[in-house]
Amino acid sequence: MDKMNMSRHISGKFNEELEAVRNQVLNMGGLVEQQLRDSLHAIEKSDHELAEQILQRDYRINALEVQIDEACVQIIAKRQPAASDLRLVIAIFKTISDLERIGDEAERIARVALESFNNDQQHFLVSLENLGQQVLAMLHGVLDAFARMDLDSAYEVHQMDAQADRQYEALTRQLMTYMMEDPRGIPKVMNVLWSARSLERIGDRCQNIAEYIIFFVKGKDVRHVSPESMEQTVRGKRD
Amino acid sequence: MISVTPNANTAEALDLANLTAEQTALEIRGLNLHYGEAQALFDIDMHIPKNRVTAFIGPSGCGKSTLLRCINRMNDLVEICRVKGEILLHDKNIYDKDVDVAELRRRVGMVFQRPNPFPKSIYENVVYGMRLQGVNDRRTLDEVVERSLKGAALWDEVKDRLNESAFGLSGGQQQRLVIARSIAIEPEVLLLDEPTSALDPISTLTIEELITELKSKYTVVIVTHNMQQAARVSDQTAFMYMGKLIEYADTNTLFTTPDKKQTEDYITGRYG
Repeated sequence: MDKMNMSRHISGKFNEELEAVRNQVLNMGGLVEQQLRDSLHAIEKSDHELAEQILQRDYRINALEVQIDEACVQIIAKRQPAASDLRLVIAIFKTISDLERIGDEAERIARVALESFNNDQQHFLVSLENLGQQVLAMLHGVLDAFARMDLDSAYEVHQMDAQADRQYEALTRQLMTYMMEDPRGIPKVMNVLWSARSLERIGDRCQNIAEYIIFFVKGKDVRHVSPESMEQTVRGKRD
Repeated sequence: MISVTPNANTAEALDLANLTAEQTALEIRGLNLHYGEAQALFDIDMHIPKNRVTAFIGPSGCGKSTLLRCINRMNDLVEICRVKGEILLHDKNIYDKDVDVAELRRRVGMVFQRPNPFPKSIYENVVYGMRLQGVNDRRTLDEVVERSLKGAALWDEVKDRLNESAFGLSGGQQQRLVIARSIAIEPEVLLLDEPTSALDPISTLTIEELITELKSKYTVVIVTHNMQQAARVSDQTAFMYMGKLIEYADTNTLFTTPDKKQTEDYITGRYG
């Protein structure tokens, strides 16, 4: 945490407030990661009970988002943060909004897990497994990068998204083949396709969070820039 | 193209290291200042752009007020003070021997922390400088009073009691009166030394509003302890520490992504 210099404010109370809100983000991240992990498990094992639990737990993520938003508003109103403090609060604002949406995607996957698939249709679900693991690794990586505000790990996660996108495309092609082979299975395959879409979106959101981390550390907005310019920002030196 | 600049008052960033002569109001070159044995300013080099607001920030004793006072040679009044280096106002070093200091102070006006109106009427406070210059024509003076008080955003509040004592005004009004007095003699540069530190929040905002208006006519240099104030009113900010100029950049950059760690620590309220 030393890198973030969080504990060095002259105002001890300000330290506490920032530290508290940061911890809440980590809690929220942990919950979201658990939801995604469980939803992948539920769909793989057709575990309806687990899927139900996921649906019931989503409100906790939403509540945390509201709570953290409120804490950030208080900090801005009372402390008028500047420079890295301001960037941290902004990065948190944006991160939690993406985390909440990741929670929603996990919930969507859990709904698909509640469907009954017959034995012939099980192989659709297996195809999701690879993409699911890739995206889960991205989420884990980006939360870890957030906890340490680590530029290199954030950049690594950002780069991982290209692979997730390729997997998603391959999976889409595969699912289309299934649909062509047996049109009666289309409704089920569509559900799987929505889940794949959810996973792909989660990958994008992890990429967003990685961008907020880079913004916090470097003070540069790297959204919608070329890969070269992004790499330059990440590798660039700051005293 | 649609502009999404957050603060409409903030002018576009200038390349402070490469200002053209036309853009420059003041150029400080290799300025060193000693109070007796103690050195208070170390090799200050900076260009202060014309018709903009430049803020000096830094902890107490960092030399920001000392630097401000150098610009109209207020430090001449301190006996043990020695200044080396140059401050150019229109390519003329204000520390040259042939400079008329009274004339310099007419061109470079100053407003202090505590409002210091003279024990005279509001009217006489404003025209004081004109009278010193030998202007006594009533019509000219009336015009100057109205123009200056309007310029200082005070006219509407005092136009019906111009002959009453200036001491009857509130602190914020007195400070605006002092600003009116400074602009009555049409200076080029206006130096403000913590102009709102003795004022309540509402008067402070009125003065801040005024500062952003003043820059259309004058070059404004402000020293302030209130960092948010510097962030709100200035176009560029200089951060000073222990007599040195640490970082000088456009205000939007300095308050969001400062280049130097010392600046970062100061503006985020961390131990240096």
